[in-house]
Amino acid sequence: MIEASLKDLAAALRAGTLSSVELTTLFLDRIDALNPSLNAFITVDRDGALAAARAADARIAAGTAGALTGIPLAHKDVFCTEGLRTTCASKMLADFVSPYDAHVVSQLKAAGAVMLGKTNMDEYAMGSSNENSHFGPAKNPWDATRVPGGSSGGSAVAVAARLVPMATGTDTGGSVRQPAALTGVTGIKPTYGVVSRYGMIAYASSLDQGGAFGRSAEDCALLLSAMAGFDPRDSTSVEREAEDYSRALGQPLAGLRIGLPKEFFAEGMDDDVRAAIDAALEQYRQLGATTVEVSLPNAKLAIPAYYVIAPAEASSNLSRFDGVRYGHRAAEYGDLADMYGKSRAQGFGAEVKRRILVGTYVLSHGYYDAYYLQAQKLRRLIAEDFAAAFTQCDVIAGPTSPTVAWPIGEKSDDPVQMYLQDIYTIAVNLAGLPGLSLPCGTGAGDLPVGLQLIGNYFDEARLLNVAHGFQQATDWHRRTPALG
Amino acid sequence: MSRQNWEVVIGLEIHAQLNTASKIFSGASTAFGAEANAQASAVDIALPGVLPVLNRGAVERAIRFGLAIDAEIAPKSVFARKNYFYPDLPKGYQISQFELPVVVGGEVTVRVGEGEAAYDKTIHLTRAHLEEDAGKSLHEDFHGMSGIDLNRAGTPLLEIVSEPDMRSAAEAVAYARALHTLVRWIDICDGNMQEGSFRCDANVSVRRPGEPLGTRREIKNLNSFRFLQQAIDYEIQWQIDTIEDGGKIQQATVLFDPDTGETRMMRSKEDAHDYRYFPDPDLLPLMIGEDWIARTRAAMPELPGAMRARFEADWGLSAYDTVTLTVSRDTAAYFEAAVAAAGDAQAKPCANWIMGELAARLNKAERDIADSPVSPAQLAALVGRIADGTISNNAGKKVFDALWNGAGSEVDAIIAAEGLKQMSDTGELERIVDEVLAANPKSVEEFRAGKEKALNALVGQVMKASRGKANPAQVNTVLRAKLGA
Repeated sequence: MIEASLKDLAAALRAGTLSSVELTTLFLDRIDALNPSLNAFITVDRDGALAAARAADARIAAGTAGALTGIPLAHKDVFCTEGLRTTCASKMLADFVSPYDAHVVSQLKAAGAVMLGKTNMDEYAMGSSNENSHFGPAKNPWDATRVPGGSSGGSAVAVAARLVPMATGTDTGGSVRQPAALTGVTGIKPTYGVVSRYGMIAYASSLDQGGAFGRSAEDCALLLSAMAGFDPRDSTSVEREAEDYSRALGQPLAGLRIGLPKEFFAEGMDDDVRAAIDAALEQYRQLGATTVEVSLPNAKLAIPAYYVIAPAEASSNLSRFDGVRYGHRAAEYGDLADMYGKSRAQGFGAEVKRRILVGTYVLSHGYYDAYYLQAQKLRRLIAEDFAAAFTQCDVIAGPTSPTVAWPIGEKSDDPVQMYLQDIYTIAVNLAGLPGLSLPCGTGAGDLPVGLQLIGNYFDEARLLNVAHGFQQATDWHRRTPALG
Repeated sequence: MSRQNWEVVIGLEIHAQLNTASKIFSGASTAFGAEANAQASAVDIALPGVLPVLNRGAVERAIRFGLAIDAEIAPKSVFARKNYFYPDLPKGYQISQFELPVVVGGEVTVRVGEGEAAYDKTIHLTRAHLEEDAGKSLHEDFHGMSGIDLNRAGTPLLEIVSEPDMRSAAEAVAYARALHTLVRWIDICDGNMQEGSFRCDANVSVRRPGEPLGTRREIKNLNSFRFLQQAIDYEIQWQIDTIEDGGKIQQATVLFDPDTGETRMMRSKEDAHDYRYFPDPDLLPLMIGEDWIARTRAAMPELPGAMRARFEADWGLSAYDTVTLTVSRDTAAYFEAAVAAAGDAQAKPCANWIMGELAARLNKAERDIADSPVSPAQLAALVGRIADGTISNNAGKKVFDALWNGAGSEVDAIIAAEGLKQMSDTGELERIVDEVLAANPKSVEEFRAGKEKALNALVGQVMKASRGKANPAQVNTVLRAKLGA
């Protein structure tokens, strides 16, 4: 049952061979058994989940169920949930209970999905390993001494360890795709503006985008269809007709042109990752696709540009956490400035503070032009590179991450090494394009390797079908870690 | 030391609160006076995850203002974040416009001074931009702690920035008054200065003529025209005294204390914030198309400047009259309705009655002209009866009294009821004149000896004898005829 696709689960629920309460209990029990060692969830809501499951069963009985009604789900703890604490994995919000639901949360509630709880993450979505969590790191289910990637590490672990069939995440520089790659699941970040950011606690507003984790592209398509859609409460939400992201699934891949950016394949990738990527590309050729070399000459500037723009926006976005209206406030302080200083010093972790400092610096008088404006120019150049590449190909492919999952603690003292983990994913956020990671093989230690597919704007349906075609022909996405 | 060797340079920044029903980035109400925090939504409190959505009504009002001052409406303007920490600023930044404001340039011509010395002055504007207001810190009633009221947080403001074109406190006040009239005229701001809907900051510097601009100090938050005048005058003298005593002006922000009439330093340039402005990524650039501007232009009322010119051209009114009659849209509408009923020839008498008797009564009763107990039609009828000689000007005041007090509503009926009709029978008048001449031989003699003033005494006697019903002009004519003058 824990291996069944969303489609099969929905069919079983509708056929009456399975109730949502049974399915929900099954996954809640797995969480009880495995979460103490994996730390994928920050908060589990057993009572709320069972109540939602009973409501879903009633809806199924009444014949008004949708594709996701009664199916368990987990939300990254960056999405606000009314009545259930939303921590952003920060001490600052450790006891914060939102009085409202994020758009994504209310969409999935309306669809009848059953939320089991909130998943672990890097604090305020800042990190690539899930080590920057106030609640401790989530563990990679393939090797619990290793990181699962980040920042949406908990959601990736929960799906990989079959603690839940589907989970939401957010991706600012690779935070859905990279943990998906490191844990062997499928994850998609759509075009910027497709998923409303309302109620999604902001890290870097111009880059943040909600995304979906599933065991397959087919499952991701169903979840994304329920998450996406115009929301007038988010001014950057794109006003488009609602889409069925499953609509292209099953279309043959013959004639598909896959662009391979020579810069992604030049250096920096570990050999085991390269071997798995090469094999996956060979598989695509066997399915009738052709590969063509393309160039993204400015992609190498993505990390420096990102580490100006994202901290700049973060430094401002996180100013509201001042201990005045909600969140952590120091127990003892002198004057107002001291209250701010102590509350924020105690409430934020080291990486968050580092990015606030960097962001404050690059926006300062006299530095703004040299850093922020320059980074915005790079951003345009990177977007233009992709536009040129898409004149030669339908999708772009390459590695999601240069390495397989690394041991916990290995890079946590070296921020630059950590930042370089996102070298292949960040450019996609800067351009606002959709990106997807699917498991495509294994590297050293039998650890999963992810293939990244990048699509043109609003080309999610095609991207999902390109992944689906691969998954119809291979079994990498069906591999499951051996767990107690 | 005298001010004569010094040139004063003043620029104003005016914050006009826009009269939208809801806030600039949230759906919460903007009504004044609610219980603390009753009008603060999730967006206003800046809960985690909330996002701003621009209120088009605020943009519409900014466009109206831009059109009213003949400015450029920017086809693309950008909202930026002004970052600083303060408890009544929930997000830790204020959403404002920085590099690209919605209104660029423009000018306002104002009348400065009174009487012979009055002159017109054109003040140029730098820009006007949209922004949100902050909340309020409440430092009383919390036993050593501060309370925060976020009802005002997110209220839409238009910050109107002038060029440093003003050369005296009088010019600054005239400009501020003109803008105060204008924003109410085009119905974008209620102009209530006590509630803070219209607040002025004044940038003041002095220099010797011909020299580059001096260092300025900014006087913050002046919420009455009187304080604006006093604060600028004090500041000018302080700066001149400081320089003449060998001191230097340091750039600073100062506050005006109405109790002492002095300005005092709030913070120096060294304490100035680095606001780290950058474009707000939560809001798309504000694009305003030609069609939106055209639609707004079509719905604009006639502006006070155009109206002043029309009053002068059509009815020959003085600059003083036209400024006074266009002090508000209601006043102008009252005047135009009165003239429409009384006829073009009566424009000046109508103006005199409105600026004189009516204004004095309204002022005393603290009533708006829109609620005047005397209607324009009634005033026109009254003016008409004075013009056709039915009643005297003095009797007109009695009629006005009756209209104001509600003793009567029809002018002719009041005249009849109170017996105010002027003497139109020449025979009757001549009889009275004869009696007065006979009874006052001394005055007659004096007049004949060349003492013009003596005639006034005789006119007075005739008016008294007629119990005010004689027409003074007619009395004059008859007297002169009888005296052979």
